[in-house]
Amino acid sequence: MNPVGFPIVTVIAFFPLAGAILLLFVPRAKEEFLKRMALVISLVEFIISLPLFIWFDEGAAGMQFVERIPWIPEWGVHYFVGIDGISLLLVLLTTFLTVLCILSSWRSVERMVKEYMIVFLILETGMIGVLVSLDLILFYVFWEVTLIPMYLLIGVWGGPRRIYAAIKFFLYTMAGSVLMLVAILALYFLHGKATGEYTFDLLKLYQTVLPINTQYLMFAAFALAFAIKVPMFPFHTWLPDAHVEAPTAGSVILAGVLLKLGTYGFIRFAVPLFPVAAFKAIPIISILALIGIIYGALVSMMQADLKKLVAFSSVSHLGFVMLGMFAFNVQGVQGSIYQMLNHGVSTGGLFLIVGMVYERRHTRMIADFGGLSRVMPVFATFFMIVTLSSIALPGTNGFVGEFLILLGAFKANPIYGIFGATGVILAAAYMLWMFQRVMFGAITHKENRALKDLNLREIVTLVPIIIMIIWMGVFPKFFFKKMDLSVQRFLYDIKARYEAVVPPPAQQEKPAGMEEEGSHHAPVNIKE
Amino acid sequence: MEPFRVQFATADLLVIAPELVLTGFALLILLMSAFARSERKDFLGYTALVGAIGALVPLYGGAGVEASAFSGMVTLDPFSFFFKVMIVIITLLTVLASLAYTKREGIAFGEYYVLVLFAAVGMMLMASGVNLLIIFLGLEVMSISIYVLAGIMRDDARSVEAAFKYFLLGAFASAFLLYGIALTYASTGTLDLGGIRGVLAEQAWITGLPILITGLALLIVGFGFKIALVPFHMWTPDVYEGAPTSITAFMATGVKAAGFAAFVRVFFYALPALQPYWTEIMWVLAAATMTVGNIIALSQTNIKRMLAYSSIAHAGYILVAFVAGNELGQSSILFYLLAYCFMNIGAFTVIILLGKKGEENILISDYAGLGFQRPLLAAAMAIFMFSLAGVPPMAGFMAKFYVFSAAVKANYYWLAIIGVLNSVVAAYYYLRVLIYMYFREPEPEKELALGHLSLAAVLAVIISVWGVLHIGILPSVFLSLARRSIQFLL
Repeated sequence: MNPVGFPIVTVIAFFPLAGAILLLFVPRAKEEFLKRMALVISLVEFIISLPLFIWFDEGAAGMQFVERIPWIPEWGVHYFVGIDGISLLLVLLTTFLTVLCILSSWRSVERMVKEYMIVFLILETGMIGVLVSLDLILFYVFWEVTLIPMYLLIGVWGGPRRIYAAIKFFLYTMAGSVLMLVAILALYFLHGKATGEYTFDLLKLYQTVLPINTQYLMFAAFALAFAIKVPMFPFHTWLPDAHVEAPTAGSVILAGVLLKLGTYGFIRFAVPLFPVAAFKAIPIISILALIGIIYGALVSMMQADLKKLVAFSSVSHLGFVMLGMFAFNVQGVQGSIYQMLNHGVSTGGLFLIVGMVYERRHTRMIADFGGLSRVMPVFATFFMIVTLSSIALPGTNGFVGEFLILLGAFKANPIYGIFGATGVILAAAYMLWMFQRVMFGAITHKENRALKDLNLREIVTLVPIIIMIIWMGVFPKFFFKKMDLSVQRFLYDIKARYEAVVPPPAQQEKPAGMEEEGSHHAPVNIKE
Repeated sequence: MEPFRVQFATADLLVIAPELVLTGFALLILLMSAFARSERKDFLGYTALVGAIGALVPLYGGAGVEASAFSGMVTLDPFSFFFKVMIVIITLLTVLASLAYTKREGIAFGEYYVLVLFAAVGMMLMASGVNLLIIFLGLEVMSISIYVLAGIMRDDARSVEAAFKYFLLGAFASAFLLYGIALTYASTGTLDLGGIRGVLAEQAWITGLPILITGLALLIVGFGFKIALVPFHMWTPDVYEGAPTSITAFMATGVKAAGFAAFVRVFFYALPALQPYWTEIMWVLAAATMTVGNIIALSQTNIKRMLAYSSIAHAGYILVAFVAGNELGQSSILFYLLAYCFMNIGAFTVIILLGKKGEENILISDYAGLGFQRPLLAAAMAIFMFSLAGVPPMAGFMAKFYVFSAAVKANYYWLAIIGVLNSVVAAYYYLRVLIYMYFREPEPEKELALGHLSLAAVLAVIISVWGVLHIGILPSVFLSLARRSIQFLL
């Protein structure tokens, strides 16, 4: 199964942790050395994650680089990891953004540098773990593990209201996920009673067809956990607090990866485990997504704080992700996954940019700026490109994602498409208005006259973002071809199992590459 | 009915060898302290340490053995083996944590260690007794030792109050338990657990049902008091706060473990026929215990009090497994107690290490900035707090997972949901300790114990961290151990 010959996924997942342990033994006084080491570790991590992309066989729809060894055999828990076209790019996004985050923390983190770097690397392990886990318990463990470092990042290195924000973040996410734990257990026992095999193996549990009412309850439990993480309206209230208080790198990783764990959770767990409930939930999820898109955009428009503006724009962008996913057609789902990556890149970029300007002025209020493009031309260029990407201008990555999502949404239900499209317009409005107030016009504040333009380190941090924005904007096929089959198979699987319960309206074509593995087994029907 | 006639054979002594070793060392320390000069009493603690380790030797030989002794009054089976090992570990960790602490607080009398060892003997008897009388005797040996230990800081009003309160209420609880035993005896005609099980299985007891049910209720009250179930928990916060911290740790883990050992054995082995009668009561007790414990813990400012309420809540989680009642539930009780003993003693030992003479520095706010001043100790405390909160990859998560899976398997969905929501509430107060340690600056005048740390106590912390992480990350070996230990119930 594994073409590489060594457990590459495990290496990628645990390399940052090993690095963190290594950092433990460096004296805390050597701050510069600590930073360099952390950077090197994250760079090496990024480099060793690249072969995943190269070796990934785009002609196969199933899981690749699979590793499966018993972990807690008494419970049927396995250390079971693998990567498919959906998680592949998200893993790469994680390793990519972590490098930039560490680079961006060079000056902004002044105290407890050692602990900061250790926590950050542990967080990376946690995030990758969530993305590669194919065992529900392994997944849940990683899912909760990510809470601890993020909690510390916000709480120790955050802004003035960091304690409130940190605890709100922790409790919100935990409250959502504990009910999922009960649902995981219920699924485990239902599957076990029906088949005699007690397992948390996700691919086996996919085959379970639960009675509809049970599906509703379990889907609700899973969806709640993920909806809080995404966050979907009305569970988004923790997000602005967490973002505003978190240090720059914390915000980048929060927006870039942690929120994606919520949307990823839907696509990997909630939907394929409970397809009937997911199909029945289309109106609810879509409407909440639309409210998120429009509400997030409107609130963004009214923000006086740059970081809060970007935070609320995340609510809007992730509304798009959810809308596309629940269109349940190829365009929508591909657009949705693409938009996850886009959001990671461009919102990550925006947070980096806000961080850079904050380091100079120690304020994030839009009203404190104005005319910055005169004193910081290089900064202005970067800012402009990232802003345009966030608006989804054609030629940038954002366009590809949002276009596909809207296409999918129109195909599924034109009304959703129409409302979704207003979000694009609103995004242009709030982003450009913000950009205009910050960058253009006369310099109204004396303090802004002497601002220094970006230094080399900051340029090095932003250039990869710009490259990705343009690359993903003009050559999306490079990325789509990796996820094509996985997405098709995802759709085929959930539709087949939905139609096994609800009579099909039309025949579905079986996509090529389907015969790889799994799904041979007859679905396990559990009677009520 | 035949009168009791206890047979005595030398082989029987082997069955209770760990108890005998502990008793022997307790008597030795008693003698030594009578002759030792007061300034050289360090070695009394070390002797206790040797005694606890010595008790492991016969246990090592007793692994996997099944034997009963003294005409079937005491047994050595995997169940009692599991608990005996756990009690020895608890005793060891307690003694390690006590060595410097007792000196600091001026309670380094020989009696301190003597009583700890005697209490451990009582706990072991509770775990290995298969006769209601032996269980009661074990309980009394344990309780009386603990009453004294709680009040051993004679000059401290809180300590004396704790001892007095614990003694008064404990005596009542013992009376309840004894009355329950009496009524059970009245309706079944035997005190032997196997005998009771046999009588109940024959259905001959229907005529005496009201008496038996009353006995059952009284047994629940008696055990419920010892393991601090709501509404029999009122003593816990005051006693835990007033008692010396090392003894609080000993109580919170040892007494609870022994209480649950006897509770499980009596209810699942002797009274399974009555399960329909006690399941609903336990359901209510479990829900109330978790909820009340956690909600009151939210508002505590004293860390010992907070952990007291938290220990109530943990008893509630364990009771969830008790309600589930299936094989999963029974073994999860054992697993949970093991995980709990490491994380709880660990937390209390950190409290001891940070304290100053006269029980200072036990407000949560005293820990402000600890993460900067003592990074390793703070990290250990953080691990214990996350574990108590049930966050993976710590032991507490695996333990909770096991308990709730038992509940879900037995279709007690609501109880599981109440339980998991409770753990969210609990996360808030455990995280508060972290907030002070890491998110706040140290107060300038406030001085934590920044001097020399007791090596023995540090060792106890290290062992606890190891236990918490091992159970949390690679629980397999402990799971199969817990599962094998309840085989006799099946």
